[in-house]
Amino acid sequence: MKRIDAIALAAEAAQAEGALLISNIGFPSRELYAARDRPENFYMLGSMGLASSIGLGLALGLEQGQPQRRVIVLDGDGSVLMNQGTLATIAHYAPENYLLVILDNCCYGSTGSQPTCTHLGTDLAAIALAAGVNSVRKVDNLDDLPLVLAGQGVVVVKVEAGNASVPVIDLSPEEIIDRFMRSAQQALPS
Amino acid sequence: MNPSLAIFRGLKHAGIDFATSVPCVNLQELLNLVGKDPEIIHVPVTREEEGVGLCAGAWMAGRRSALLMQNSGLGNSINALASLDILYGIPLLLIISHRGVAGEPIVGQVPMGRLTVPLLDAMQIPHFSPASAEAEDTVNAAWEMAAACRRPAAILLDLDFWRGA
Repeated sequence: MKRIDAIALAAEAAQAEGALLISNIGFPSRELYAARDRPENFYMLGSMGLASSIGLGLALGLEQGQPQRRVIVLDGDGSVLMNQGTLATIAHYAPENYLLVILDNCCYGSTGSQPTCTHLGTDLAAIALAAGVNSVRKVDNLDDLPLVLAGQGVVVVKVEAGNASVPVIDLSPEEIIDRFMRSAQQALPS
Repeated sequence: MNPSLAIFRGLKHAGIDFATSVPCVNLQELLNLVGKDPEIIHVPVTREEEGVGLCAGAWMAGRRSALLMQNSGLGNSINALASLDILYGIPLLLIISHRGVAGEPIVGQVPMGRLTVPLLDAMQIPHFSPASAEAEDTVNAAWEMAAACRRPAAILLDLDFWRGA
């Protein structure tokens, strides 16, 4: 499965339910922007490693006012390895409206595809389970993806290495965050 | 006034309703107050830059966020403060126990103690070092500045502050 196909499917599912997407720095954000741009997408332009944590804070912040509003994080293996501690925080503090999708291509795809330790066998799903996350699933094909995208917790999606040929995001940081916040703070029609 | 209570009142005055923290021995009483407050979502995090991430997300959800940490954690947070908060214009109140200054018994605290103010200045993050008598107002003013300028602002609390000087 190509990463952009998994991202496109997640974006379609998110749009159908009005979910908010936090997207990892580099090519994943560019692929999401090309596949399905929405104001409800937050494209990270810096702070590698923090997609999972930004999404967790967002989900917790929305939990009381909009408990049904889902937050889906599209993260990568390199970024999660950089911020593994947050898996323990997610295990014990994440609300039900939070889902972390780890798109594991076993490499740092935006910097020349240098291998990460998942290439050597490190199992991020096992790490998430050991951290205490109740719901952890693994997926390696597109057909099984919609079902797990509807869930909560952590999903590890094995994808091929390589980036789609997509342009850079021509939005300023101010545009990205202003339209995202307007969308996030506006309750969905019931 | 009790120094921890003064900071806590400042947080309440500012309307802080989301807090992340990595502990310092000098923050323990304040962390208890924050943890018990039903109006504040408090998440103890594993590393300070993780806290910057959570606070950024919570702010996007409409919350007022604070990160409570030791100044050693400022070093762990530089990239996140710069390429998340400052890049996107995200306000954040930093409540920092400033170790490694006058009276510090632990030599390992001294390097970051000396670097804390230069690092904040280099990042153009405003910082304030109130005495406990004015701490409530200063904490509130620091949040107001962060919110108006859409960037982090810091409160530095050194060993004299915790002694009630």
